[in-house]
Amino acid sequence: MKTQPRLLLIIDFISVILLIIATILVFFVVPTEAVMGLVQKVFYFHVAAGWVGMMAFFTALVAGVAYLVTKQARWDRVGLAGIEIGIVYMLINIITGSIWARPIWNTWWTWDPRLTTAAIMELVYAAYLMLRSGIEDPERRARFSAVYAIVGFVSVPMTFLSIRIFRTIHPVVVGSGDPAATGAFDMTPAMSQTFFFSLITFTVIFVSLLWHRVRLADLSERVEQLKIRLSQ
Amino acid sequence: MDAPADTLVYFIAGYAVIFLIMGIYLASLIIRYRNLRQEEDTLKSLEENDR
Repeated sequence: MKTQPRLLLIIDFISVILLIIATILVFFVVPTEAVMGLVQKVFYFHVAAGWVGMMAFFTALVAGVAYLVTKQARWDRVGLAGIEIGIVYMLINIITGSIWARPIWNTWWTWDPRLTTAAIMELVYAAYLMLRSGIEDPERRARFSAVYAIVGFVSVPMTFLSIRIFRTIHPVVVGSGDPAATGAFDMTPAMSQTFFFSLITFTVIFVSLLWHRVRLADLSERVEQLKIRLSQ
Repeated sequence: MDAPADTLVYFIAGYAVIFLIMGIYLASLIIRYRNLRQEEDTLKSLEENDR
């Protein structure tokens, strides 16, 4: 069995250190928002998790195109890894958003354009996993998955742009948003620095997770090949 | 000036969810990797016995 690559070990180590620093910054350094209080601090990891989710789905899009062009099975495994990680981090994004919404909007959930498109996006990619589990032939499964990952990506810009196009109560922190948005706030320099630090931290975590998930898929493939050889 | 709203419970709940889900996913990766490695070792030894 191959041991973990040195570079991956280094990325893992950096991920842990960055996550510890980001947590300390959020919990102890960054100022508390004047109106919403402590719950506003959920924002730093809430947005970072959404960022990872969208980055992961973009990775699946690229892997899907790469698979259709090259027909290399590795790209199928990268696509699967991206979507699995994307689903996990979008789930964090949606749940933390709901927790933040409760005291600010006085509800856990509302069918606002951003919340609705984010929920649709999550379901679109959950269906990807169901589609895969329903196809036996590996080549056919990879081809269908690649096409699905490409088409499904339409839901990502739709979610990102929803608060910039439609009338919404969801605040737009970067760029201008609807003035009717509830819970909007201006960031102090310390808030901006913590926000961007969190984004960098989660990006490094994403790279680490993606690499680990692809290695897991590679191992799974080797086990499948062994099973086939033994059955012959 | 009014004090900020008391939203400590939601702050704790938010970060509990974040670390819990991240931890569960990490654990699932580790468990799946270990199980597959075990399976690979078993299959390899079976393959060698067959030869």
